Amino acid sequence: MAISQMVGASIKRREDPRLVTGTGSYVDDLPQTAIVHMVVVRSTDPHARIAGIDTSRAKEADGVIAVFTGKELLSEFGAPLPVTDCFVPTKKYPKHYPLAIDKVRYVGEPVAIVLASSLSAAQDAAERVEVRYDSLPPVVDIEKAIEKGAPVLHDDVGSNLSYDVKFAAGDIEAAFREAEVKITQRLIQQRLIPFAVEPRGVVADYKPWARKLTIWSSTQIPHFVKVWAAVILGIPESDVRVIAPEVGGGFGSKIRVYPEEIMTALASRRLGRPVKWIEDRGENTKATHHGRSQIWDVEIAAKRDGTVLGIRPTQWLDLGAYCSQFGTFQVLGMLVAQGAYRMKAFDGRAVGVFTNRTPTDAYRGAGRPEATYLIERVMDLVARETGIDPVEVRRKNFVRLEDQPFTTLLGLTYDSGDYRITLDRALQMVDYQGLRREQAEKRKQGKYLGIGLSTYIEICGLGPAVPTQAAVGVSLWGMSVVNVHFTGKATVIIGSSPHGQGHETTYAQVAADVLGIPVEDIDVQHGDTAIGPMGMDTYGSRSTALDGNAVHISAMKVQEKAKKIAAHLLEAAEGDIVYEGGKAYVKGTPSKAVTIQEIAVAAFQTSRLPKGMEGGLEATTFFDPTNFVWPFGAHIAVVEIDADTGATRIRRYVAVDDCGTRINPMVVDGQLHGGIAQGIGQALFEEAVYDEAGQLRTASLVDYLVPTAADLPSFELEATITPSPVNPLGTKGIGEAGTIASSPAIINAIVDALAPFGVKDITMPATPEKVWQLMHRNGGTKR
Amino acid sequence: MRRRVAVTINGTGYEHEVEPRTLLVYYIREQAGLTGTHIGCDTSNCGACTVELDGHTVKSCTMFAVQADGAQITTIEGLAKGSTLHPLQQAFWDEHGLQCGFCTPGMIMAAKQLLERNPNPSEREIRLGLEGNLCRCTGYHNIVKAIQAAAKVMAPGAEAKAPASVS
Repeated sequence: MAISQMVGASIKRREDPRLVTGTGSYVDDLPQTAIVHMVVVRSTDPHARIAGIDTSRAKEADGVIAVFTGKELLSEFGAPLPVTDCFVPTKKYPKHYPLAIDKVRYVGEPVAIVLASSLSAAQDAAERVEVRYDSLPPVVDIEKAIEKGAPVLHDDVGSNLSYDVKFAAGDIEAAFREAEVKITQRLIQQRLIPFAVEPRGVVADYKPWARKLTIWSSTQIPHFVKVWAAVILGIPESDVRVIAPEVGGGFGSKIRVYPEEIMTALASRRLGRPVKWIEDRGENTKATHHGRSQIWDVEIAAKRDGTVLGIRPTQWLDLGAYCSQFGTFQVLGMLVAQGAYRMKAFDGRAVGVFTNRTPTDAYRGAGRPEATYLIERVMDLVARETGIDPVEVRRKNFVRLEDQPFTTLLGLTYDSGDYRITLDRALQMVDYQGLRREQAEKRKQGKYLGIGLSTYIEICGLGPAVPTQAAVGVSLWGMSVVNVHFTGKATVIIGSSPHGQGHETTYAQVAADVLGIPVEDIDVQHGDTAIGPMGMDTYGSRSTALDGNAVHISAMKVQEKAKKIAAHLLEAAEGDIVYEGGKAYVKGTPSKAVTIQEIAVAAFQTSRLPKGMEGGLEATTFFDPTNFVWPFGAHIAVVEIDADTGATRIRRYVAVDDCGTRINPMVVDGQLHGGIAQGIGQALFEEAVYDEAGQLRTASLVDYLVPTAADLPSFELEATITPSPVNPLGTKGIGEAGTIASSPAIINAIVDALAPFGVKDITMPATPEKVWQLMHRNGGTKR
Repeated sequence: MRRRVAVTINGTGYEHEVEPRTLLVYYIREQAGLTGTHIGCDTSNCGACTVELDGHTVKSCTMFAVQADGAQITTIEGLAKGSTLHPLQQAFWDEHGLQCGFCTPGMIMAAKQLLERNPNPSEREIRLGLEGNLCRCTGYHNIVKAIQAAAKVMAPGAEAKAPASVS
C-alpha cells in the first residue's frame, strides 16, 4: 500500500450509535407478528431412561398450540446433529438428536417442546408435561467414567471412552535419561460457563407455500447453521436463509448448530407460523455448552541450568454427555503445548470421556488457554525446582529469532516473532527487579506479593484450507465481496459474523485504504447468508487474518479494474496509471486525474469501458493463506495476598502483545481487555460445579461468579508489531490472546506469593478459601 | 385477573391491562415496545435491564409492572435529545466502552445514577458503583474510562466551559 491512513487509526466504531441508544436489534428485539412461543422441557435427571412422557395436560392448557416429544419428531430428522473430526477422526461418538429419544444424559437435555400463543402460556404448560424417569447412576467424574464397572452413557459406543490418542515426537526416554530434574504435576482446567450477556435465542419462520425457511439466531456461525438446518430438516440449502442480527457476545458458546435452531425450524414447518425461543439464564447455564473441563498430568524432564528437555503431558477431556460439533477441538491444546520454547521431545496423550454433564465445546481460546496454562506453569515449576528466576528459565528455552520460521516437534511452523522483545518490554514496564526487591522486603513484614509471568504464543487465523480440512473437516478460508456502486460508494460483504468485534468499522478501514473511498462511504455487511457466498463465520480469532485480508484482496482487484477503466478514459497505457488516494492518473501528471467516483460511473456505462470489458466494479475473494498466524506476547501479573482472608488483589496487570499489523488499535486493546478479564475469571472466580448426583450447583449468576468491575484492575497495555508474512495486511489474531495469557500469569503470581509457605501449585479458581488453606496447612508456619 | 397499569416512559404515557405477574421489563419491552432494555438473567445479577424509575435506578426484572403504576420511567431510549447523545452515551462511544452492546443500556443507566450521586468519583468508586452490572466483553476497562470522561462533561459548570474546549 502506498498510502496507509485508515489502517492503524483508532477511529470510533460505527456500530456504537445504535447500540448506545438501545436501537440495535438482537433476536429478542425483532418485530414479531402472529409468533408462536416455544418453551423447552428439559431433563431434571442427569441419567435416566425415559419411561414415559404424558403431554395431555399440557395440550389442554390455555393458549397451547402443540406439544412434541423427541419420539414424535424423530422421523423428521434427516440427520443427527453434526460432529466434526477436530484432530480426532478416530473417536467414537453416539448419534445425537435435538431432543432426547429414549434416554436422558444430562440435566438440561431437551425432552419436549411446548408451543403456545404467549410466552407465559408456554411456560405454564411446560410445567404440566409429566416425564417419568427410570433413574440410572450418573457419571460425573472424568477418571471414574472409565473405571471398570462405571455406568455407560451410550450403549452404541460401548464404554465412556471416546478416544485415547498419542501426539508424540522426539526421544522422550532419552530426555528423561538426560534429565537432572524431574517434576510431576497435575493441573486442573475447571469446567466453565461461557456467559455471553445475551443468552441464545432463535426465531424460525417457514413459509409453507413459498417453501422457504428463514432463521434468525444469536449465533457465531450463520453459514454453518444454514448448511446443517438444510441437511437435518431435508430442505434444499438454497431455500434456507440464516441471519445473525446483533449478537450479544459469543466467546465460543454460539459456535455450533444447536438443538433449538432445529426445533424452532421444525415446529415452524409443522405449524406454518413463525416460532420464537429465547433462552433464559438458568436454562443457559445448562443448555449452552460449557468450556474446558479437563485434567492435565505432566511429567517434566529438565536440567539444573533450567533447560527443559522434554515433557510428557496427558490431557483428560470431559466431552460431557455427547460429542458436541467441535467437541474435540480442545485437543488442539496438545498440538500447541510446546509454546514459545525449544525442547527435544514431546510425548502427549489425549483421552476423551463421556460424563453426565452438559456437553463441552469451544470457549474463548479453545485448547490454547489449556496449552498455555500447561507450558507456562511448567516454566515456573522448573524455575522453582532449580532456583533460577522464572524470567531466566523462559529466556533460556525460548525459540530464538534465528530459529524462525520455527517448526515444533509436532510439525507446526510458527510464522514470525522474537519472543524476547515483548518480555523485555513488559519487565521494564513493571520494574521487575524493583518488584523482586519489594517482595523480599514485604516477606520480612509478613506481607505476600507475587509476580507471575506468561510468555505465550498462540495459533489462530483458521486457517489454511488444507490443514483445516484435515483437522476440522472443512476448508476454512476468508471470504469477501467488494462492490463499488454507481455513485462511488462501496459495499463490503464479509464471511465472518461478528458479535462485538467491530468488523463494520475495521473492514471499512481496510477497503478505504485500498480504494481511496472515504471510510464513511463504505458499508460493511455480514451475518446474512442471503447476501454473499459461503462464509466461514467467526471463531478462533480468525476474522481479520482471513476475512480482513480477503477484503484487502477484493479491494485490490477492484483497484486493478479501476486502473484499466482509467487508462481507457485517459487514453493511456494501463502500465502508466498510478492509483492513489481514490484517484487514477498517468504517471507524472497527477493534475489530470479521474476519481474513483468518475470511474464508478464509467463502470456502469458500456460505451465508456474498454472493448470487451464486463460492466460493474465488483470483486469476490476466497482467501487461502499459506499458514496459520502466531501472535505472541508477555503478560505480567502483580498480586497481593491478604494474609487474613486469603483474598487476592491484582495490583498491576501489564501486557505487551504482538498481533502483527493493528488495523484499529483501540479495538485491538478492547479485545485484550475483555480477554484478560475472562482469563482472570477462570483463575480467580469461575467454576461450574456438579454434585455427585449430577446436578449443576452453579446454575445461576448467584452461584457462578462472573468478574465484576470491582474485581478487576485497569490494564496496562503496550504492543510490538511483527507483521505476519502469511497475509498481505500482516495481521494476526487478538480475540482470544488475553484469555490465553492471563490465567497462568495470575496463578503463577499467586504461587509465587505463597512460595514462603512451600506452595508449588494451586488449582483454579484460586478462591480466598483455597489460598487461606494453603497458608495454614502446616498450622500457618512458613517453610 | 388482569390489572390496569399506567406509566410514563421517556415522557410518553402508556396504559395497558397486564397479568399481575408481568415483570416491568417485559412491560417495557413488549407493551411499550422499547426493546433497548435487555434481559440477561433471571436473578437480578446482570443489570442489563436497569432503568430509572421515579429518580432511582431499578432492575426492571425485579419489579412487577403493577408495582410501577403511576411511575415516571426513563429507559436508554429516553437519554438522547434529538440527534444529540447524552454525555454518557457519547463517552461510551468515544472511549470504546462497549463491544457487543448488550449490557450497554443497563450499564449507561447505572452510570447515570452513579454520577448524579457522585459527580466526581474515583476509579474505585466507579468500579464499586458498577458491581450490579455485568459485562463480558470489555473487562470494564473502557467503561470506567467512559464514565470518567462523562463525569468531566457532566460536572456542574462544565457546559459553560464547553465552547472554549470545542474551538
